Amino acid sequence: MFNRTEDFSSTMEIWNRHFECMDRDGLKKVQSERLRESIERVYFNVPYYRNKMQEAGLGPESINSIDDLHKLPFTTKQDLRDNYPFGLFAVPMSEIVRIHASSGTTGKPTVVGYTRNDIATWSEVMARTLTCASANRNDFIQIAYGYGLFTGGLGLHYGGEKIGASVIPISGGNTTRQIQLMHDFGSTVLACTPSYALFLAEAISESGIKREDLKLRVGVFGAEPWTENMRREIEEKLEIKAIDIYGLSEVIGPGVASECLVQEGLHVNEDHFYPEIIDPKTLEVLPGGCTGELVFTTITKQGLPLIRYRTRDLTKLHYEKCRCGRTLVRMEKCLGRSDDMLIIRGVNLFPSQVESVLLEMSEIKPHYLLIVDRQNNLDSLELKVEVEEEFFQDKISELESLRQRIQHSLESSIGIGLKVTLVEPKTIERSEGKSKRVIDNRKF
Amino acid sequence: MIIQQLSIFLENKSGRLTDVLEVLGSENIRITALTVADTAEFGILRIIVSEPEKARDLLKRNAFTVNITEVISVSAPNEAKHYAKVLKILSDLNISVEYTYAFSVEERSIIILRCSNNHEAINALKKHEMELLTSSDLFRI
Repeated sequence: MFNRTEDFSSTMEIWNRHFECMDRDGLKKVQSERLRESIERVYFNVPYYRNKMQEAGLGPESINSIDDLHKLPFTTKQDLRDNYPFGLFAVPMSEIVRIHASSGTTGKPTVVGYTRNDIATWSEVMARTLTCASANRNDFIQIAYGYGLFTGGLGLHYGGEKIGASVIPISGGNTTRQIQLMHDFGSTVLACTPSYALFLAEAISESGIKREDLKLRVGVFGAEPWTENMRREIEEKLEIKAIDIYGLSEVIGPGVASECLVQEGLHVNEDHFYPEIIDPKTLEVLPGGCTGELVFTTITKQGLPLIRYRTRDLTKLHYEKCRCGRTLVRMEKCLGRSDDMLIIRGVNLFPSQVESVLLEMSEIKPHYLLIVDRQNNLDSLELKVEVEEEFFQDKISELESLRQRIQHSLESSIGIGLKVTLVEPKTIERSEGKSKRVIDNRKF
Repeated sequence: MIIQQLSIFLENKSGRLTDVLEVLGSENIRITALTVADTAEFGILRIIVSEPEKARDLLKRNAFTVNITEVISVSAPNEAKHYAKVLKILSDLNISVEYTYAFSVEERSIIILRCSNNHEAINALKKHEMELLTSSDLFRI
């Protein structure tokens, strides 16, 4: 579609040309200054960071520029859990105006807090994201990401209002109404997970509504991994441009990085979130173009600043200027993880979360198998679990109620709908004493 | 009057019932009655066999999930009204029937019942002069 040498820099809108097109030397100065301030804030306000820095023999004076970042220790999801709920916040709670949370691995969610200024930053980076996707004040943005503790819905919402678009906060689900409002309101931009976009595409073609009666022209899709093939499928079926966006609630939510219409990597808003790529084994920083684990340091966040936060997402960075004119570093689509986390319908799931729920139920053995599939473009999750022999009853109703109890406790704990299947003991394969926990049949 | 029945948990996949019967067949276990209760996901095979404890151990050794459950059995003429009468005697006393199945031998119905309280059920049925069967009765049929 694009001629690869064509220059788009004069035709594409850019929300914040000053920062998004800054020369890299100037950007480095900005980043260094912001990092210094950030380190000072966490050193004096967050005991956890101060202790960790002191253990490493570091003080705020040790960090003079972004080149010193590698000296600092990493932060992990476990550190967030250990400091649940507000232990890593760097401001008094009276400064916090919003709290979001994502499901955690041990029943405890990962909690993030925003100051008023953080919400402004978030709106800014989301305004950049939407502008990257060519959205503007004349657009109708249908936000079919979930609203609530999940950052997707509200993140897009604030960005959409910031650019002056007409925001339709329909939230996730209720496909019939999605299609009706898309038609009646004339939505031009769709924001949701890529798998839901495909699901909607099928539903639209079955609804009898003609494509020419819809005004949809672009979609911003993220919160789960998707392939170039999926992108082509969405673009063909919905007849729109499909733009990849990336974010994680710990860092800010959506708005960490996004593609422009050139679709050659996601521009990282590195004047707010400084990315590094590390080798997940040696923890060495890798140069541009090398695949490794993405690590973020937030350099403007106040509520929950994160220093060298390990995302576990695998990707690579490219520092060349994009044909859209932006100079911000670009990351490739994330297609893998350096841990066993699954992303199902945009929700994070660790097998250990399932295990901890099952361990609390005496009627079953914690021998289980999670089967992830994508049917009709929607992720499905099935849990096969072995019935504990001593508790086997010959009444269907009791087995059925056991099955339902497992299903309810899991759904309320992991926040993902699933199908539970009881299987015979010793039928789930054990390999080398340890069971294989997950079969992921989705093709990324 | 209490009859030992084997209940076996079965996944809904082809060949599982055959597996059970082959295991039992290998030790010449005889089957008087058999029924399968199934849902979309799994089933419970219920069988009355000649040597329930031996059959249970045999199945356990072959990695089946199996329990011995207690049921009662009534013999009545195979007209519907007699089956209805049996059930009415129980429901009048608030004894609930968890499940029941039956087979017919000549003019008689052999009814198998699992009740919320099998002993109360036996007493009630005896009082109404119903013909209760023992395990050995069942194997003489």
